[in-house]
Amino acid sequence: MAGLLQTERQSARPKAYLTRRYRLSASHRLHTDAYSAEQNRAVYGKCNNPHGHGHNYGIEVTLGGSVNAQTGMVCDLGELDVFARTHLLGRFDGMNLNTLDEFREVVPTTENFTREVYRVFQGFSGAKVVRIRIEETGNNSFEVGEEPGRG
Amino acid sequence: MILLTRKAEFSSAHYYWNEAWTEEENRRVFGRCANKNGHGHNYTLEVTVAGEVDPVSGFVVDLKELKEILQREVVSVYDHRHLNLEVPEFAAGTGTIPTTENIAIAIWRRLEGKIPGAKLHRVRVYERDDLFAEYYGER
Repeated sequence: MAGLLQTERQSARPKAYLTRRYRLSASHRLHTDAYSAEQNRAVYGKCNNPHGHGHNYGIEVTLGGSVNAQTGMVCDLGELDVFARTHLLGRFDGMNLNTLDEFREVVPTTENFTREVYRVFQGFSGAKVVRIRIEETGNNSFEVGEEPGRG
Repeated sequence: MILLTRKAEFSSAHYYWNEAWTEEENRRVFGRCANKNGHGHNYTLEVTVAGEVDPVSGFVVDLKELKEILQREVVSVYDHRHLNLEVPEFAAGTGTIPTTENIAIAIWRRLEGKIPGAKLHRVRVYERDDLFAEYYGER
């Protein structure tokens, strides 16, 4: 048994995925200057309320890569948490998304928010971020990136 | 093809320790997880299998049978055990640290080929509700 495990350990570099979930709260208003006031109301409905509204977003960051033979890990979780504290929570938590530069040109729908968070995490050097999934509410979620297991 | 997922839970103790490293290195890399007295989690296992629906039974697999397989192959071995001390794939000398990633891989190896009529698609292991690892059999 020990001999078999020994051989497997030396030859196999299995690829696994690790997902960390963060929570942040932010407000937004769905509105575009490309539409008339009436069109905005028609397309975005109650999300067009000029005063905005907010969500507790659940953000799942999925990293993919070979499991390091020394640590048994795809990524140092502490490093990911430090990155997320600065670049995810530090940037978006407690904010009004419409006021941020990232959403000056694009509507802060959760589709666009998910794309932005995916872009932000491409700057993480500890492991490859393959997917971002954001739950806007318990009923809506959005994903950007690859489907794990297809790589 | 249909994907079907069955959940199971186990509660286990573990710690992270690389025998090739000094105590100082272990503490630096693994932090509190290197405490040799161990700590524990309520793990949630989600096993997803892929297969065709049997035209007569309407099943991909018999869920009761899948439940029994998970119980026999995984839960009975891991639940209320110390993974480093009592589970052979993580024992001293294997060099395999019972991280969430390695637990997912080990469970895949325990289940592969043991589920009649369906293909193992994914093993997902939640260490906590904000952290999980997945393995799809990729090398």
